[in-house]
Amino acid sequence: MAVAARKAGRAGTGAANKSTPNTPQFDKNQDLAAYNDMLLIRRFEEKSGQMYGMGLIGGFCHLYIGQEAVVVGMQMATKEGDQVITGYRDHGHMLACGMDAKGVMAELTGRRGGLSKGKGGSMHMFSKEKHFYGGHGIVGAQVSLGTGIAFANRYRDNGNVCLTYFGDGAANQGQVYESFNMAQLWKLPVVYVIENNRYAMGTAVSRASAQTDFSKRGVSFGIPGEQVDGMDVRAVYAAGQRAIEHARSGKGPYILEMQTYRYRGHSMSDPAKYRTKDEVTRMREEHDPIEQVRRRLLESWKLSEDELKAIDSKVREIVNESAEFATHDPEPDPSELYTDILL
Amino acid sequence: MATDILMPALSPTMEQGKLAKWLKKEGDKVKPGDVLAEIETDKATMEVEAVDEGVLAKILVSDGTDNVAVNTPIAILAGEGEDASTVASKGPSAPAPAAQPAPTPDAQAEGLADRPAPTERPQQTDLSTPAAPSVITNRTAYNAMAEIPEGTELVNMTVREALRDAMAEEMRQDDKVLVMGEEVAEYQGAYKVTQGLLQEFGARRVIDTPITEHGFAGIGVGAAFTGLRPVVEFMTFNFAMQAIDQIINSAAKTLYMSGGQLGAPIVFRGPNGAAARVGAQHSQDFSAWYSQIPGLKVVAPYTASDAKGLLKSAIRDPNPIVFLENEILYGQSFPVPKLDDFTVPIGKARIHREGTDVTIVSFSIGMTYALKAAQELEKEGISAEVIDLRTIRPMDTETIVASVMKTGRCITVEEGYPQSGVGAEIAMRIMENAFDYLDAPVIRITGKDVPMPYAANLEKLALPSVAEVVQAAKAVCYR
Repeated sequence: MAVAARKAGRAGTGAANKSTPNTPQFDKNQDLAAYNDMLLIRRFEEKSGQMYGMGLIGGFCHLYIGQEAVVVGMQMATKEGDQVITGYRDHGHMLACGMDAKGVMAELTGRRGGLSKGKGGSMHMFSKEKHFYGGHGIVGAQVSLGTGIAFANRYRDNGNVCLTYFGDGAANQGQVYESFNMAQLWKLPVVYVIENNRYAMGTAVSRASAQTDFSKRGVSFGIPGEQVDGMDVRAVYAAGQRAIEHARSGKGPYILEMQTYRYRGHSMSDPAKYRTKDEVTRMREEHDPIEQVRRRLLESWKLSEDELKAIDSKVREIVNESAEFATHDPEPDPSELYTDILL
Repeated sequence: MATDILMPALSPTMEQGKLAKWLKKEGDKVKPGDVLAEIETDKATMEVEAVDEGVLAKILVSDGTDNVAVNTPIAILAGEGEDASTVASKGPSAPAPAAQPAPTPDAQAEGLADRPAPTERPQQTDLSTPAAPSVITNRTAYNAMAEIPEGTELVNMTVREALRDAMAEEMRQDDKVLVMGEEVAEYQGAYKVTQGLLQEFGARRVIDTPITEHGFAGIGVGAAFTGLRPVVEFMTFNFAMQAIDQIINSAAKTLYMSGGQLGAPIVFRGPNGAAARVGAQHSQDFSAWYSQIPGLKVVAPYTASDAKGLLKSAIRDPNPIVFLENEILYGQSFPVPKLDDFTVPIGKARIHREGTDVTIVSFSIGMTYALKAAQELEKEGISAEVIDLRTIRPMDTETIVASVMKTGRCITVEEGYPQSGVGAEIAMRIMENAFDYLDAPVIRITGKDVPMPYAANLEKLALPSVAEVVQAAKAVCYR
């Protein structure tokens, strides 16, 4: 597997740097893997949206459509044992970690075959086996928790790194900075991935943040950071490698601001009137993370439309199976009400 | 004119201390701000500074003297032009509290004062060899120790030492156990509960955090998700308010939300409730707050032996535990069984004192009012059964109900607020389980429904009193 160029990394300086315009290249297998993984998330989320509309999914449902390159690129840069923790927009992270699509979808529909037996819902799924620590509904809480997972890595000296994801909204929470301070003080192996999708629910970044360059949010603690084109999976992967290497080598935390975009509303109940249709259309047409890879597969790697269709239909099959399962799996047994409260 | 220099108090709860060292000698000229001497308690060390200018005429308490009561004259300062050799002490300016003897089981049962008297013990040089042991010989007269095998040797130990020993023993057994919090390591604990842990276990396992409760509570929970067993100390539970989201939303709920996959084996511990004269923001009992949350266990011990046995159980428990200690109780001594591995089960109340006429249910420092009241009631021919809940959640309803079925009457005692308090919960459980056995309505004695005032007289009024407990017990007995 080709190792991406390490031009932009100026780790350890505490300064924030924009990642290089010379985006590293993927080989064919990397592009294929990224395409497949991003497409699975895209199709899964589209299906979730449909099922929400049909009343099969209740409550909150935050879709990841548009942001797929972030988690897929980062996962490509991890090694077995590295952990992931995120907030409430978490379906993509679970699929990227290799969690079963059926289990995720059945959790969304609140069925007994869901990853949390139907007791967690969209925002609360976990998998020890896949090193996924949730799925947290309180904005910013996962940042301290992820720092704690990194603390445990250092305590055990196991060489693992915890990828701690949060959004531009959560980046204004106090406990984020409490965590930054301790992570740098103790040189914890944690990478903070700030998914800046430009809107904290309905509030544009510029209306909520005095410092809109999130890669600089760790400067006062001496935590290096960089801004990354979060719509280009190759840039994400390259930055992820730099950041993870920094954290794994004992130099402490690293911040990656992923500049990304969500196509859908904040949640299913959000009409997204705080931005124009043009803005969304432009992002979809000019920067779509999946379309970028698709073009490369066709043009650089000379795949045929039929070959891409085959990938598409395989992905659709997985998603349809998960929807089928999640629709027909029974609800949890009433006796489950009182289980799993204490061990 | 000559002035007495008095033994100062390091804290409102200190009654005596050790005069460790004089830094000035007789005949030395001193001016305001000069350090005269160093004093020590088991909690802290402090310098005594001169307030007035003059000559240190006479040292009344020599270097290394233990158990010097607060307000005892320790030296005489001669003013300008005075003959330092003729000055004399005027004696204590205020009645100095006498040194408390180490409580025996009987002394505990009698209660020491209306408001429990904290004993600032002199620094012990060798913590592993506590006071003279006693032995359980008569179990009926010693309900407090009913769980302990007959013939077990007992050693007197403060609650503070018992908590420290519990942590140290569990840390020796399990490398996954660690302690983190503000001042727990190098400072040896803000209240000296973690004394010596850094020296024995090192900085990897005894971790000083910045003042950042929300952040380190979250870090503790995250570490617990991976299977470590952190003991997170809050300097007081008042500051845990900053972290309550992590305690409840992350620690307590994740096991359920994950369908049983991911639990948080973590202990949140620290002093809870009112100390003395520290005002509203530092004087609140959170027992009822945490006890409402499914997914948490809430423990609030009174005696040193329960503190030790329950903290060991808490550290081993796979669930998140809120372990509520009490600053006033830290310095109090109780007999603790000398056993290799002494644990007390979480969720079991203890009948501290048997009786037949009225049940008094309490926990933590509330027990001091309850026990003192029981003594007074006995003089008036009323036999009170005193139950120490020890665990607030899960609550041992069975023990309460069995007692109420016997006595037909119940009062509850706690320092927390009345509305939705622990007493309110107990009263409801009695209604649900033993209504037909009640000969009188349950009465709850609680802290008053006000933020804690600072003034000494108002603070006393805001807390429960023995008189209130006695009066309530008489009322339910129609006496």
